[in-house]
Amino acid sequence: MKTIALLTWKSINNRRSSALLTVFTVAISMLLLLGVERIRTQAKDSFANTISNTDLIVGARSGEVNLLLYSVFRIGNATNNIDWQSYQKLAGQADVKWSIPISLGDSHRGFRVMGTNTDYFKFYQYGNRQALQFDSGQPFAQLFDTVIGADVARKLGYSVGSKIIIAHGISDKSFTRHDNLPFKVVGILAPTGTPVDKTVHLSLAAIEALHSGWNPAGNVGTSKNQHQPTFHPEQITAFMLGLKSKIKTFSVQRKINNYPTEPLTAIMPGVALHQLWSMMSIAEQALLAISGFVVVAGLLGMLSCLLTSLQERRREMAILRAMGARPGHIFALLVAEATLITAAGISLGVSFLYLLLAAIAPLINSRFGISIESASISTHELKLIVTVLLGGMLIGLIPAFRAYRQSLADGMTIRI
Amino acid sequence: MATLANMTMNILELDNLTYSWPKRQQLSIDIEHFALQQGQKLFIKGPSGSGKSTLLNLLTGIIPANSGSSIKVLGQQLCEMSGARRDKFRADHIGYIFQQFNLIPYLSVIDNVLLPCRFSSSRADRVAADPKQQARKLLSKLKLSDMDILTPVSALSIGQQQRVAAARALIGSPELIIADEPSSALDHDTRSAFIELLMQECQSSGATLIFVSHDPSLESLFDRSVQLQDINLQGVTQ
Repeated sequence: MKTIALLTWKSINNRRSSALLTVFTVAISMLLLLGVERIRTQAKDSFANTISNTDLIVGARSGEVNLLLYSVFRIGNATNNIDWQSYQKLAGQADVKWSIPISLGDSHRGFRVMGTNTDYFKFYQYGNRQALQFDSGQPFAQLFDTVIGADVARKLGYSVGSKIIIAHGISDKSFTRHDNLPFKVVGILAPTGTPVDKTVHLSLAAIEALHSGWNPAGNVGTSKNQHQPTFHPEQITAFMLGLKSKIKTFSVQRKINNYPTEPLTAIMPGVALHQLWSMMSIAEQALLAISGFVVVAGLLGMLSCLLTSLQERRREMAILRAMGARPGHIFALLVAEATLITAAGISLGVSFLYLLLAAIAPLINSRFGISIESASISTHELKLIVTVLLGGMLIGLIPAFRAYRQSLADGMTIRI
Repeated sequence: MATLANMTMNILELDNLTYSWPKRQQLSIDIEHFALQQGQKLFIKGPSGSGKSTLLNLLTGIIPANSGSSIKVLGQQLCEMSGARRDKFRADHIGYIFQQFNLIPYLSVIDNVLLPCRFSSSRADRVAADPKQQARKLLSKLKLSDMDILTPVSALSIGQQQRVAAARALIGSPELIIADEPSSALDHDTRSAFIELLMQECQSSGATLIFVSHDPSLESLFDRSVQLQDINLQGVTQ
């Protein structure tokens, strides 16, 4: 055993450059496999953590995924609005514990603007039932107060007290920019890793004021305490509901879906998230399959390397046989080489992974809001690693078996 | 005296030894009887195709003989041993020198010499005190300088390589040394010097030497000489 280990090591060391290349090939394929796997699982976690403890999301009648996308992820637009009366009626049901109305459709320098009320800061939860926290400041109280997400504050360099302009419409180049309506930042939320970080929150009344054509140019900025007309929302885009009892979810959902006054859709966020994720899972599976194939290619590279070396090593095998090596020793020698190369490739690949994660995690987090943690190897990843290692050993059986047969046939006849 | 008893003991006894390559009808080896006394230096000559390689593979237990054959080495019947036991027997009792390319390119001179000790505990035990020192001693007896010992094996001359191979065959004092045309790649002067050194070392360790060659000019250096065709009834393998 010790002899085989020593011979394996010295023999690989002798073919250092080609062995190193093979190790690199395996390492890169391993890096890709584990990297894809890690991004996949973490993206999934991050994704599933976007909203928590909300029982139903209600919007104008549309597909579940569409409703989830615009209400939670701020992607796309609502097909229609909900009448304020309908909201009040539905949110006032006996089974409803809390409700959060939201109104979307405006933007501020590339960030979505969302109208809501202060219940949002009280009841909205993400991750593992974590409530929103204020990094600084407080919820909005005045008409032109605004609370911004962590990313908005960081990217645009805002702090509590900053004055900002809100545009109507999504595009920053919007012609209908309400640049005569300056808002004041009164609160900045702590980072959540969800789209909340990229949202500018206003009161519903402020949204209404934006769209009502009211021009306070002369008033705002001169005196804050001046009388302002009161704005009542007439329409909202969607609302979230928390129920007193989870058991009621289905009956409330049915009631909303059958609401006679206007066509509405109520979705359970968990179900819709799952649906959305399974839509993306084809791409995800394809990515995993590709990285799987890259690993196979890496191992095949090793196989060709070992097989090529075999021909020129027939002499070496004959010498070892003459010294008393059993055919089994020759077999073990090649399996050990394949195992060592694979193991070295895997270790190198894992080191690359952690180096890369350390390097790009901040970038990914700031770009996509997905937090990639440098967690230790998970059981699933360990399974992948063991699979690749076994694959390498299995592939090593091919040259090993060939060398075994050769050494039986050649005996001590040295063929060159 | 024990030495006297040893002197008369046969180290090798072949009886009714037959061998045919798999899937071939014709015998390539058919030796009725042959015996070799311990300590002798035997020269086997034969042209290529006379079955030399096959015979050496049989003597070392690499290939099994046909059933009914008897190969006794040191009084032990090789034909009754399993493949693994024959491999162990070879490791323990036989030192082998090839025609050329004897050395493993990725091992140092010392590691090459010590290779048999890795496969045989009994040979390792015999050099247990200080294997490396033992290897150096053998190498210097075979006229390899300390400089040569530190040279990578691929940089050694063929003559030097063959002497390293001789040291490897001799380490741990195996009873039988088999040399398969070890001098054929050497020029005339180096050849005689090599054979003389090899014989000296066999003498001092008490090993029996079987030396195979097609070069009849070496014959006179040996105690005993046989023509392979004379003992092998199936002289031609082609």
